Amino acid sequence: MSADIPVISCKNAWKIFGPDPEGFLKGMPAGMSFDDIRAAGYIAGVKDVSIDIHKGEMLVIMGLSGSGKSTLVRCFSRLHDITGGSISVEGQDIMSLSEKELIELRRSKMGMVFQSFGLLPHRTVLENVAFPLEMRGQDKHARRERALEVVKLVGLEGREDYFPRELSGGQQQRVGIARSLAIEPDIWFLDEPFSALDPLIRKEMQDEFLRLQQLLNKTIVFITHDFDEALRLADRIAIMKDGAVEQCDTPDQIVLHPATEYVRKFTEDINKARVVHAGVLAQPDATGEGEPQDASATVHDMARMLVNDTRDMIPVQRNGAVIGAMPRKDALDILLGSEA
Amino acid sequence: MSVETATLPKSPRAYSNIQIAVAFVAAAFGLTILQYIGLLPAWLHRLPETIIPNFAGWLDALFNFVKDDLGLLAFTRFLTEGLEWLLDFSANIFFGKRRFPNVGPIPWTAMAAVAAVIGYYLGGWRLALLGGGTMVWTALIGQWKIAMQTMSVLAIAAPLAFAIGLSLGIAAWKYDWVDRAIKPILSILQTLPFFTYLLPAVIFFKVGPTAGAVATTIYAIPPMILMTTLGLKKVSPEVVEAGKMSGCTKAQMLRHVYIPSARTEILVGVNQVIMLCLAMVVLTAFIGMPGLGAKLLAMMGSFKLGRSFEIGVTIVLLAVMLDRMSKAWVIKQPEHFERGTPWWKRHSMLLLGIGLFSGFTLLSLVVPFLAEVGRGQDLSQGKELDNLIKGFLDIELVKATTGFLRAFLNVQVLIPFRNFMLSIPTPAFILLVTAFALALAGKREAVFALIFFSLVALSGWWDRAIITLYSVISAVSLAALIGLPIGILAARSEKWSQRALLVCDTAQTFPSFVYLIPAIMLFGITDIAVIFSILIFAMVPLTRYTIEGLRTVPEEMTEAADMAGSTRMQKLWNVQLPLALPTMAVGFNQAIMFAFFMVIIAAFIGTQDLGQELQRTLAGTDLGKNFVLGICVSLMALTFDLTIMKWAADKKRMLGLA
Repeated sequence: MSADIPVISCKNAWKIFGPDPEGFLKGMPAGMSFDDIRAAGYIAGVKDVSIDIHKGEMLVIMGLSGSGKSTLVRCFSRLHDITGGSISVEGQDIMSLSEKELIELRRSKMGMVFQSFGLLPHRTVLENVAFPLEMRGQDKHARRERALEVVKLVGLEGREDYFPRELSGGQQQRVGIARSLAIEPDIWFLDEPFSALDPLIRKEMQDEFLRLQQLLNKTIVFITHDFDEALRLADRIAIMKDGAVEQCDTPDQIVLHPATEYVRKFTEDINKARVVHAGVLAQPDATGEGEPQDASATVHDMARMLVNDTRDMIPVQRNGAVIGAMPRKDALDILLGSEA
Repeated sequence: MSVETATLPKSPRAYSNIQIAVAFVAAAFGLTILQYIGLLPAWLHRLPETIIPNFAGWLDALFNFVKDDLGLLAFTRFLTEGLEWLLDFSANIFFGKRRFPNVGPIPWTAMAAVAAVIGYYLGGWRLALLGGGTMVWTALIGQWKIAMQTMSVLAIAAPLAFAIGLSLGIAAWKYDWVDRAIKPILSILQTLPFFTYLLPAVIFFKVGPTAGAVATTIYAIPPMILMTTLGLKKVSPEVVEAGKMSGCTKAQMLRHVYIPSARTEILVGVNQVIMLCLAMVVLTAFIGMPGLGAKLLAMMGSFKLGRSFEIGVTIVLLAVMLDRMSKAWVIKQPEHFERGTPWWKRHSMLLLGIGLFSGFTLLSLVVPFLAEVGRGQDLSQGKELDNLIKGFLDIELVKATTGFLRAFLNVQVLIPFRNFMLSIPTPAFILLVTAFALALAGKREAVFALIFFSLVALSGWWDRAIITLYSVISAVSLAALIGLPIGILAARSEKWSQRALLVCDTAQTFPSFVYLIPAIMLFGITDIAVIFSILIFAMVPLTRYTIEGLRTVPEEMTEAADMAGSTRMQKLWNVQLPLALPTMAVGFNQAIMFAFFMVIIAAFIGTQDLGQELQRTLAGTDLGKNFVLGICVSLMALTFDLTIMKWAADKKRMLGLA
């Protein structure tokens, strides 16, 4: 597969719920708002969404409940059939797949983790993890071996014979994660995986998740309603409202340049200094003097230096090569809030 | 009131349901007055015989066509052979000698041991004691063989009903049109009197165990369908999606995801199947099915109260055992074993069961008593109990009480009430029922009531139908007089609620037949005994739902009443009862359904209602008449069911409880 084909490519996708969604979408005048559609007796779950997800990228879809983020992700995996537009996975239009091909795609390429875990109550941890392997007909010995491997990976060694009921919430979600990884998927969907957990466990699971991602480097679509979680994990964030994507960009760009009023309100209370990196502030054609800062350092990381230093332009480097310089004033504005 | 608020926006010309209902009642009243002063023409009092259509004849012709010309009989006779083979098989294992496959009968000690081990596995020592104890009692009291005759049919009918119910339930869940087709049939089946199951079973499947097994199976299918559909619908969407994302095919989804996830509801269905099978298999005594029911029927017929009582105890013990064990199975969750648990420890219960079973089987070869309790070896105290019961009834106080009740209720209440109901002209009665449905439920239910009762009138069995209705109404009213206060009192404390609910739950598992025993004991073969047996049977749901309704009133509301300074009585009348009323109505409805069921069984005591006629048809091949009678009962029961359930649902929605 060539690198320039996005793993998931979603073009003008619509998902409308109601008595006759196809007919409604066909006859719908352009520019109808979410509320107009609702007044007509339909719900726009996904509203004209276009998004590309690239290999190895972690896209976080973020929005309040009812914003359509879960619906969108279910369209990517065709748990929902879209009403209009197109969605391709690795260049293949998934709406054109037969049921058999779709099952094959899920068996070989996709894994999904659910908010309330979705574990099968009558199966042990090991049997739950081995479930997708069993479904695709792997022999008993091989699937047991693989399942044990993944159970170990998520740190549940020694609990293989437990039933879901006998585990804590965090442990149950580890089982959910292990199950979704059992088939070694290329694409990994996570639907608010940590929302049902209490805050301390959530933090621990996020760390665990980042560790796994560094190990496995999958293409990931991660859903959350928690902005901090999104900022912590994402390569790019897509913010959704009423079924439409308001803005899809890197965390730095979202906090620095919110595209709409809605996004601005969302980012208002965020401590921008912890989000914005030196690399984003660097101007490529500018030069500075003295010791360069690393592009991956946040403004918060550089706070002490920024306050004490007297340089106007501070050079920024990535992987040892200087990529430009950032104005100290811009960084200080972010740290202290701009004067205006 | 709901009806008034609902009609507010309408134009002033339209009459509200209540107004129309009042007009109907007034018309009915007028007709009745006319009848009393002798001005009503006879054809308005009762439909003249000449215009009554020959439903029975038409149905007979239809049945004959299906039976002979379409070859249904040949087909069912073919099925009968297969069923007979199965029943023979289970009969040999449970009690029979010298027939295929010649392995049985299993010694009672071995059965008792297995029952105890299953009980222990499912629910610890208490259930072990219940399981083993029931078996030991049955054997020692000398009823082993007849009990096993009953169980051998149960062992075939229950799995059959389970399999059919499960498949139909899955079909109804999967295909909307099956669901829509099945729903009305189910509600009719659930109100059809059991005598109507029996005669077709006899005609199509031969007298005896085969017909008994078929009637039992059909009787037990509906709740299995309902529970299966319910369970499958309740499977969490995330689990379903997890299954899809795991790449399940449709068949794999059903087998590995849906059915295991619906385990609880399906097992509740199993529990209901077992209990209904037991209740019905006892009743198949009426079509000559040997076993506990037949023996009980014979003993009660010859007024041997001691033996009847003992058989009653056996039936009740079996019922409670089966109920508790299957319910324990519902809540039993899988548990993991620590790693390295040896094989024998993982399967300790299975091994123990097999061990005890073979041990007792071998032992019984040496000690015959352990294989079979012979004649004269049993501990039955039939005669002595008989005397005891008769002695008790002879005590002056008891005699005076039952005598007074008999005389007072009969002369002062029941007979006048019955005569009054019979005196109401047919059209007036239909108007009254329609008005009742209209006022409580609405136009749709009123139309159904009108059609249903008109059909009953056209069937030509009006007087008997009214007597049936009279028994039901008077028994349920008396049951309400006793059951509601008990429920209200019990609901005052958590502890007493639990106890009363336990009693109700247990009583509800008793096969309806045993309710006849105390009635006959106390009141002999009289009208009062009929009413009494219906009364205690109908009291159970009334009490139960009253407690449930009162206990589930949201706590904030009773606390709000307390803080508003209301007394207990004020709280009860103004807060608790109004909120509990919809739930209590469900109990009331169930009481009426139970009463319709029981009144038919009470035909055995001797009544003049539809049940009596129905029982008579069992002796012949009068399928048409049997169906007409059965459908009459069903139509009356359905009218109440539709009306009350609609009212309860409306009320619940209005109170925001749904």
